[in-house]
This record gives sequence, structure tokens and C-alpha cells, in this order.
Amino acid sequence: MVGIEVKTVVEVAKGLPRNLGSVEQIPLGEGRVFEVDGTPMAVFRTRQGELYATQAACPHREGPLADGIIGGTQIVCPLHAYRFDLATGNPMGNDCASLRTFPVSLDGNGDILLSR
Amino acid sequence: MVEKQKLVVVGNGMAGARFVEEVLSLGGQDQYDITVFGEEPYGNYNRILLSGVLAGTHDPKDIFINSLSWYEDNDITLHAGVRVIGIDRKSKTAYGAGGLLVPYDKLVIATGSSPFIPMMDGLYQDDGAFRDGIFPFRTLDDCTEMVEYASEACRATVIGGGLLGLEAARGLMNRGLDVDVVHLTSCIMDQQLDASSGDMLKMLLEDMGVKFHLEKMTTSVHGNGKVSGIGFRDGDSLDCEMLVISAGIRPNIDLARMAGLNIRRGILVNDDLSCRNDRDIYAVGECAEHRNKTYGLVAPLWEQARTLAERLTVDKSTSTYTGSKTSTKLKVMGVELAVAGDKEPMSDDDEVVSYVEPNRGVYKKVIIRDGKVAGAILLGDGFTAPRLLQAFDRGEVLPQNRAELLFPLSADGESVLDVEDMPDDAQVCNCNGVSKSKIIAAVDGGCRSLKAVCDATKAGTGCGSCIPQVQAVLELAADGLVADDPSEHYYVPAIPMTKPELTAAIRLQGLRSVSAVLDTLASGKEDAASKMGLASLLKTIWADEYEDERDARFINDRVHANIQRDGTFSVVPRIYGGVTSPDELRRLADVAEKYEAKMVKITGGQRIDLLGIPKAYLPDVWRELKMPSGHAYTKAFRTCKTCVGTDFCRYGVGDSVKLGIEIEKRFQGVESPHKMKLAASGCPRNCAESTTKDLGVVAIEGGKWEIYIGGAGGSRVRKGDVLCTVDSHDDVLKFMGRFMQYYRENAKYLERTYGFVERVGIEHIRSVLLDDSEGICERLDGDIQASIDAYKDPWQEAEVPVHPNQFVSVAAGS
Repeated sequence: MVGIEVKTVVEVAKGLPRNLGSVEQIPLGEGRVFEVDGTPMAVFRTRQGELYATQAACPHREGPLADGIIGGTQIVCPLHAYRFDLATGNPMGNDCASLRTFPVSLDGNGDILLSR
Repeated sequence: MVEKQKLVVVGNGMAGARFVEEVLSLGGQDQYDITVFGEEPYGNYNRILLSGVLAGTHDPKDIFINSLSWYEDNDITLHAGVRVIGIDRKSKTAYGAGGLLVPYDKLVIATGSSPFIPMMDGLYQDDGAFRDGIFPFRTLDDCTEMVEYASEACRATVIGGGLLGLEAARGLMNRGLDVDVVHLTSCIMDQQLDASSGDMLKMLLEDMGVKFHLEKMTTSVHGNGKVSGIGFRDGDSLDCEMLVISAGIRPNIDLARMAGLNIRRGILVNDDLSCRNDRDIYAVGECAEHRNKTYGLVAPLWEQARTLAERLTVDKSTSTYTGSKTSTKLKVMGVELAVAGDKEPMSDDDEVVSYVEPNRGVYKKVIIRDGKVAGAILLGDGFTAPRLLQAFDRGEVLPQNRAELLFPLSADGESVLDVEDMPDDAQVCNCNGVSKSKIIAAVDGGCRSLKAVCDATKAGTGCGSCIPQVQAVLELAADGLVADDPSEHYYVPAIPMTKPELTAAIRLQGLRSVSAVLDTLASGKEDAASKMGLASLLKTIWADEYEDERDARFINDRVHANIQRDGTFSVVPRIYGGVTSPDELRRLADVAEKYEAKMVKITGGQRIDLLGIPKAYLPDVWRELKMPSGHAYTKAFRTCKTCVGTDFCRYGVGDSVKLGIEIEKRFQGVESPHKMKLAASGCPRNCAESTTKDLGVVAIEGGKWEIYIGGAGGSRVRKGDVLCTVDSHDDVLKFMGRFMQYYRENAKYLERTYGFVERVGIEHIRSVLLDDSEGICERLDGDIQASIDAYKDPWQEAEVPVHPNQFVSVAAGS
């Protein structure tokens, strides 16, 4: 059995934004999961250059949202094509609960800063 | 904040109100303050159902589409019961009766039409009103007054044997009256029917008790106070206690005429529905004349409403209305009738196919021009109508075997249209568990196109095999208000083009990536639902010149494995022809153990599936398997299943194993609109089930192979059609490749071969691929070869990933 390497983000004083490292970790137009204080979070990098962060699991059947397809500010879950607005977390065309969203931005070095 | 413009709509009927609904659906309330004038003192009702009110099958309150409160809820100022008496185009003001002044930036005229009243002596009283007992048939008030009067009468006459006149006759018969119908020509419903079908309909209606008086011109009305009869030009007369006039309609253009707008029969409009001589005034519906045509059916008027709403709300909209093909399905006194286009051939080149069965009252006639439906009349046959009307609306090329047009295809015993008898709680969509009642609720809630119903209920969005039933329930519930959503024909939702149009635009402008296509053809709007379809199309068009953007791919195609319900993946390596070896099996077993596959399963396509592999392990799994990708996760050539053929089987007549492996080596990884599952069988016993595959071959005696296309054994079962019989493996590969390329270029995204072959027709496919009727065979062969040459095993990305984090489950922080 081989181990799967999971690096958690270095603890930073609570309340301050976490630096998740270079935005280049996320391919353009895709999402990736980052673990922050043991909680997985999905961070998305749109083709228009915007960053969004939401809970990692789809509220419908816990699909991996970071593996979804992005269109504008919309994310489509890969399991059953449920759609959500990345900016507000609101469901689109379904009556699931809203996604939790988190403030996320880029610093001057091109690193991702995420607040919880 | 930008100040809102003032949008004034004159007319609150089927066209005006629909236009307002479309504006709201496009978010137009943020751009406009909307004012609506309606001459009738109500909200907006479905005029088509007035005949139901007259017949007593509908209550007046059930025919309302939007009540008065709907206008309030949407911040629309409704002046119900106020007629617009003038438009001052200089000051841009509409004048309502009673001194109301409403300024506008944009004005939409949707005044509809009025009944035509022929000249007759004695029609009017001295005060100019109709004599008692005389009714036009247009408004809800006409209808309720008629119902009241009919309760005291025994005998009614209807002038006009057109559709509306016959509806009136039916309504009055339902209320127990004896009804005479007077018609000017020798054929009833002569707008829609030819002489034979008109005669047949007349006989059917006579059997129900209607008395017809044809070729009669009514010149006078008799009676003292109340109407008591009518007189004809030939001197005959007829007694009646009430008289309904239904002799056609005339567009209401007085308002436009007084405002100085260009008019002819209707208000003349351009393709953007603006008036010829005033670009801030528009006209839609029965009052508008577009390209020498005025329309009286609901479908064209809805298309106009949609186009104009897009024009007025969407920034830089280039949406245009180019005219409608009119077809309609209706019930005349319970007799099913569908009509479309021309009722008679226009030249000797037109082909007429007909079937007549007078005893049962069945009449079917189709006029075919250039291989397409130019006109159709279907009387007493509700089953073939939907398909035929669809072929007409879409301009589809028809099957060579014309009988397929006139008779329902019942080869597989499918009867989809019995939804009327289905209980409300019956499940229609078995993938998403959607019941008939849920679909009806969606229709009642305002969904009027197939796409809207499917979006709202998710019905038909799984395997798609229930779509004909969903359509049938929609038609049942929508009371004649079904709209054809043009976006149903778009290749992807974000770009208003069919696949051939889109392919041409992409080639012409040299667009090689999904983002380039969306930037150029969808005004930069990145639409998630369009990206995968575009990626598939671009790969077909450009082969190795395609600029691959991974974010346009579904996750399966980013990591070359099939995502499972728990977010893990399944790994299916390629096992050519289903023939493996002890060495390969050992490796599979070792890898399955090492990476703790949660299940090891033999698939339907004779492969081995390792299930439950986390994303991060995929590269290691592939590396250690030392086998190429089996493409079990994507829309592409999947597998070629084989039977043991001549090597061991004592019946085999063709080497199906060898051929199956050749097929699989050649076509592995060829992407297509949907998956392609293949099979090769070594004798007609067909143990590899080749006849129910997307493509299949069966060896027959004499060293020959039959090639089948368009078979299915999944959500539907369909036996494939024989494309051709050939006598070498090379020819099997050649014709399979040619068909695949034709399918890749012409099928809609996610259309399986069986849907494609049925839609295009096997005869047409044979003529293109075997007789080279379009002169494209050489190019097809070359293009499929280019795609084959562009093949790279995607599992090589284990060694050279396209992005360092391509396969990570959790990205590392720094």
C-alpha cells in the first residue's frame, strides 16, 4: 500500500488570511481542493482571472465541486450537473442549500490568500 | 444608475402579453418601465380556449394565463379596458381613451385582429348595434353572451365553415342546439384542406349532426327585433334563432394608419419587427405583416414575441425574425387534424403521397419537394402527425421509403403517445423519477417548450429515452400552446447555430480553441453547458491542430478515468478485442491489490474494470499496468467486443477475433458526439451481439461481412441497419471509418448512432457513403485517417502531465 501525500497549510494566526501558495497550482479555468485547518475547501480560478472559494462538497450528494466545469461565475458539479453561482454560493435551477463561500484574493506575489 | 426607458405595449392578447413575458424572462424589467394597454377589462387569457368555453369544457376562469395581480407583482402598469386612440410619434406619446397620456421610448403594437363582418341587409339595429341574437366570435365577452343566449335557443346558424366557425358549431351543439353551417365555397376549411379531405371531414361532421349549406352567400338577415333567419343570394333561406358570424379575420391596423405608419394588409415590419417608417415602434402578432405574410396561428406570434424581446433587452442583439413555417395540430369536433404548408402540389416535380380510408375517416397526404415536406394534411390520425410536423418544421430530409412517413414505426412495438390514459402518478422519466403530474405542474407553471419542461423537471435529462412521452404530456397539458424553442436545435446553448452552421463558422474564422469560439460567437459569454460540446466538435474539425483547453473538458477527460459516486475513479485498460493473457491478468491482479481497488469487475464490453481508485493514484496505476487507456470514460470509440470466431468455435465462418482487434487498434481513441460501442461476430449466430451495437459486423458464409450501424441495446433496443456487405477486413475498416466520420460531423452532441441513423435515414446514409452522392467519401476517409493519426494514448500523461497538479486530490500549500 502506498500513502497519499496530503500537505496541510501551515498554521497561521487565527483570523488572518491563509496564504495557500502560488495561484499557478490551479490550472486556468479549473478548481482544486486545499485543506485549511483540516477542512477541505474548493478554490476556483476562472478564465477571466477571478478567484472564488467555496465548500468542497456539493450539498446535493457530496460531489467534488473542484472537479466541476466553470462557466463565467457558475460551477457545475461533475456528479449530477447541479449548478451554483460561485460568487454568491446560490443554487441555480435546483433547490439545494447554498454553498458556503469564503473571501479569497491574490497578493502581490501571485499567492492565494483565503479567509475563513 | 441609468434611467429606465419607457416601454409601452398596445394590446394585451396572445402576442402582447407573451412579448411582455419574454421581456421579463430576459431581465427587461431592469431596463424598462413597462405599460400595457388592453382593450378588454381583464388580465391576459388564452384565446385558443374560447371554443372550449363555448363548448362548456372550460370554465372562463381556467383560461387565464396572467391575472391582474401578475401585472402588479411584476411592476407592470396595466390599463385594462382602455383602448389606445392615437399615437403622436413626434412627442412619442400614446393616447388612451378617457384622456390618458403615456409617453414612450419604445412602443409595441399588438392589436391583433377583428372578425370580418360581410355585408348583409338587416344585420344592424337602428342604433348601429347588431340585431339581437347575432354574435361575432372573438372575445371572452362574445363567448359568455353567446352561452347565455344559447340557453334560450334551439337552432343556430354559423356563417363560415372555417376552423373557428366549426369550433363555434361544436360548442353550440354541445349546448343542445341544432346547428347549420353556411359556407361560401364548396369545401369547408378550405384555407387548410384540399377538396378530398374537406369532403371527408364534412361527412364525419354530418354524422355528428351538423347540417352544411355550401356555396351559399348570405345576403340578408330576417327577423322582427330578434334574428329569425337568413336569406341567400340564390333566393333560398334558412330559419335560425341565433346567428354566429365567423367569416375570417382582419388585422387591426386603424391605430397604425392614423399614426401614419406604413401599412398594407397589416402593419409592415422589418426583420427586427420594427415598423418601416419608425424604428421606435414595433408590431407583433396578427396585426403585423412581415415579408408579405400575416399570421393567425400562435406559434409564429410567439416567435415574433421572443425575437422582439431579445432585440429590446439584449445588448447588441442581432436576433431577427425571418418568417414562420406554419403547421398546426387541432381537433375539429373531436376529429384529429394536422396541417402544414401547401395543401396542393405547386408543380409537376412535387411528389404527392397519400393514403385514404373513408370508412374510418382517415386521410393522409404529404407533398414532397426536394426530398422535404412542403405540405401535409393528416385527418383522423394523431400518431404520425408529431413526427411529420417535426420533419416539416425542421426541413428534414425524408426517408426514401415514404410509407415510414405515413405510418407509425411500430417495428419495436413502441407506442409512446398513450399518455392521455396514463394515471397522473405514473412515472414518465425513469432516470430521474419524474411523474406525469409533475410535468403537468411544470406546464401549468408556464413551461411551454420541451426544453423548458426538461430544465424545470429534469425529465428526459438522463438517458433521454422518455423524451417522446415528455413531449406528448406537454402537448396534452398545454392546450395548444406548445412552443418550439429554437434553442433545441442549437448545437450548444450559448451559440444560436445548428451544428452545420457552427462548423462552417468555426472553419471560416479558423477558431481552434473553446475560448476562441465563445469569445467570437457567444460575445465572450463563457457558458459551462456549452464547453464540452464545443471541445468535442473542435477535435473533430481540427484533429491535431486543435488547441486543447483542459478546463473545457469534463473531469473524466481531464484525468482519463470515470468519476464514481464517491468521487473516486474507475480504471479500464484497453484489452483489444477482449483477448487478454495470463501475464496481463497477473499485472491487473497485482495493481488491484496494491491500490486497493474496491471492486474488480468484468464489463459489458469484455473489459476489466478496477473501481474505487483515488485520483492521485491514477498515474501510478497506469504506469504499473503497462496497458493503454480503454477510453471507458469518454465520448469516443469504446470497445469492440468479439466472439471466438474461427480459431476455436466450430461454427465460425469469419475470423472475428482478428478483425475485432484490427478494428480496435485502428479506431481506439477516436472521439465522437457520443460513445461508440462495437462488436464483431464470426457467424450469423451473432454471439458478440453485433446487430445491437453502434457499429457491428457479422461474418456470413462466403467470406463476407455484413456491417450494421445504429444498433442499440441500452435504454432503447434497436436492431442496426445493414450499411453494406463487404468481402475483406480492409473494406470493413474503410466503411466503418467512413460512417464514423460522417456521424462525427453530422450528429448532434450526445446523439447516439441509433438516433442519428433514424433521424438522417439509412437510405440517405447509404447514398452518401456508398454511392458518394455528395462527393465527400474521399474527404471523409482522409479526415478519419487524420484523427487516427492524431491518436495518443492519454495515459502517457502519467509520465508527462499537462499540469503539475493534474492528478492531485488536495493541492499543496506552500
